[in-house]
Amino acid sequence: MSGCACGNSGPQYPELEEILARYAGQRGALIPVLQEVQAAYGYIFEDAIVRIAEALGIPATSVYGVATFYAQFHLKPRGRHVVRVCQGTACHVRGAAKILAAVEKELGIKPGETTEDLRFTIEPVACLGCCGLAPVMMVNDDTHGRLTPDKVAEILAAYE
Amino acid sequence: MQLFRAHVLVCGGTGCTSGGSQEIRARLEREIQANNLENEVKLVITGCHGLCEMGPLVIVYPEGTMYTHVQPDDAAEIVSEHLLKGRIVQRLLYKEPMTEEQVPHYGDLPFYKKQHRVVLSNCGYINPEVLEEYIARDGYAALAKCLGEMTPEEVIEEVKKSGLRGRGGAGFPTGLKWSFCRNAPGEPKYVVCNADEGDPGAFMDRSVLEGDPHRLIEGMLIGAYAIGASEGYIYCRAEYPLAVKRLKLAMKQAEEAGLLGDNILGTDFSFHLHLKEGAGAFVCGEETALMASIMGERGMPRPRPPFPANSGLWGKPTNINNVETWANIPDIIRRGGEWFASMGTEKSKGTKVFALTGKVQNTGLVEVPMGITLREIIFEIGGGVPNGKKFKAVQIGGPSGGCLPESQLDLSVDYESLTAAGAIVGSGGLVVMDEDTCIVDVARFFLSFTRAESCGKCTPCREGIKRMLEVLDRIANGEGKMEDLELLERTALVIKNTALCGLGQTAPNPILSTLRYFRDEYVAHIQDKKCPAGVCTNLLTYSIQPELCRGCTACAKVCPVGAISGEIKKPHVIDTEKCIKCGACMEKCRFGAITLG
Repeated sequence: MSGCACGNSGPQYPELEEILARYAGQRGALIPVLQEVQAAYGYIFEDAIVRIAEALGIPATSVYGVATFYAQFHLKPRGRHVVRVCQGTACHVRGAAKILAAVEKELGIKPGETTEDLRFTIEPVACLGCCGLAPVMMVNDDTHGRLTPDKVAEILAAYE
Repeated sequence: MQLFRAHVLVCGGTGCTSGGSQEIRARLEREIQANNLENEVKLVITGCHGLCEMGPLVIVYPEGTMYTHVQPDDAAEIVSEHLLKGRIVQRLLYKEPMTEEQVPHYGDLPFYKKQHRVVLSNCGYINPEVLEEYIARDGYAALAKCLGEMTPEEVIEEVKKSGLRGRGGAGFPTGLKWSFCRNAPGEPKYVVCNADEGDPGAFMDRSVLEGDPHRLIEGMLIGAYAIGASEGYIYCRAEYPLAVKRLKLAMKQAEEAGLLGDNILGTDFSFHLHLKEGAGAFVCGEETALMASIMGERGMPRPRPPFPANSGLWGKPTNINNVETWANIPDIIRRGGEWFASMGTEKSKGTKVFALTGKVQNTGLVEVPMGITLREIIFEIGGGVPNGKKFKAVQIGGPSGGCLPESQLDLSVDYESLTAAGAIVGSGGLVVMDEDTCIVDVARFFLSFTRAESCGKCTPCREGIKRMLEVLDRIANGEGKMEDLELLERTALVIKNTALCGLGQTAPNPILSTLRYFRDEYVAHIQDKKCPAGVCTNLLTYSIQPELCRGCTACAKVCPVGAISGEIKKPHVIDTEKCIKCGACMEKCRFGAITLG
């Protein structure tokens, strides 16, 4: 897996190699490795699955199995900004469905999808744990609470 | 040590931070400097105070004045009026919702009066990012007591004496669990903290992790000493970035201070702690699934026995407790098991933290002695249901819990009573529902959640929940039959008795409890084809009240399917055949002429 057909020597995915080197020999490393790969590349790409399997000495099917089991991992590129609309109980009884509908309408995509310009991805989430602010959504690491459907457009506009 | 005449506490919990508390802190700092008060007044960022509804919160000591809904622009007034001239800023004080009376002192708030804070005693008082502040509140004194004066057996005895039971949901006696793991053969042994708080509507663990992380570390250290474990893991959900950040910092501080690592406090006891971030799977809150996830596998539960105490992480004896359980340990050791056992009921000792949310005046975190009634929590601490609406139900224990009606409000909150009533203490989420909440919709909500989170390993959970959800969808769409209720009950009992893990076994609880207490509402959906709360859209029709309609055409313009017609300045009508019930017209109408029924 080192080097590609273009003739350049050295690894094709240096960041991936650097991550794998840091976890070499550690037990239970698969999930943190996948988390770091996703943080570095935005998603888990096919070559990465093969390379991780090789480095950790486990079948590629196991890596794929773990990557598809957890909601956090994505096998397709995602938007620069991830909009997590809380669907928890407290948000539900305070109108979360209308917030999600407003986000969908504003971005023109469905939950789990990414806009074509890779600006936004919508990700419904079970509970963000700030029920006091219900209904809530997070854009990246920013929490926006006490939402009403008409506030959604303005909030999203701030993320380029 | 420098002494200050006043301390200004700014809440740095997730709720208040999203309300702008970092900006408020910065502005306060600037104002304090501008008035040359930096040697007299100390500014502290704290963890969550619990009263998230009123945030961002700023509290000024020594008076204990609590300012609510503070905005960055209020900083100048707080500094110049309160800190410089000693005059309380009246307009920012908490107002009693019922009486409109202002309450200047933190401790006098009805929200706090009935609470008894043990686990949360430091949350909101100390800066969670400073180890010395935890130590100043007797932090790590319990660890020193264990290592210096107590044998591991004595520590376990003390925990047994306290009567502490697991706060994660099942309520297993903690001391007993520890002794199983201590007596199990195999080395090394592990202790694990379950910080994968996934129940929608629960955030008590989050507040401890963010507001008092050293308390958790101390609890785990004591547990590791008692059990004979040399290594530990905290499994924290990735949706809690601030909690992860503060935990990492606290672990580093503890290592540097010799409280974690080799030869702790100069003794033979060594303990290494690791933090693992979850990857977004609710089922990982189940202990065998959680261990699989720590080992880098798919987080799927396995049958027990063997129990983790005998065969856990990497096949070694492992003890798993949740955040709140660990957080109770330091106080039990320091103040004694008898002190802890003096609180609560005969079988449920101590206090429990509840996350009070939904249709209630004071949403937030409350810590109360076990045995308090639901009525006291919801009405005396929570201030009741807002906007003059009527209380309908309280949902306890998340997706594994149940919905209890008004008639059960005087129930004592303890493990046995709640289970008998068809709910559970669970992790402690309390979601209040008013007359506008549809019970069938709530049952559907929880079932869609458990269906999505089912790992798929065992058939009853994977297929059974899906079938029940189909039946509920039918009922909500007005296509239900009376036999469906029996079918629901039968399926629910099969799943309860045969599913592999706690997630599946408890998933039918929301159905069983709502069928038990709110059967009428199901019947209304089935026989009358009506949703009494006005939530299930397929059972509702939108109509325009001719006497209120001004014929402005706004609704006709916004209707995406062209279902509204009428002449300008004359009452419009909705074609119910075409209408898709999106509600856009109702939101647009400025005259309240569109109704739902």
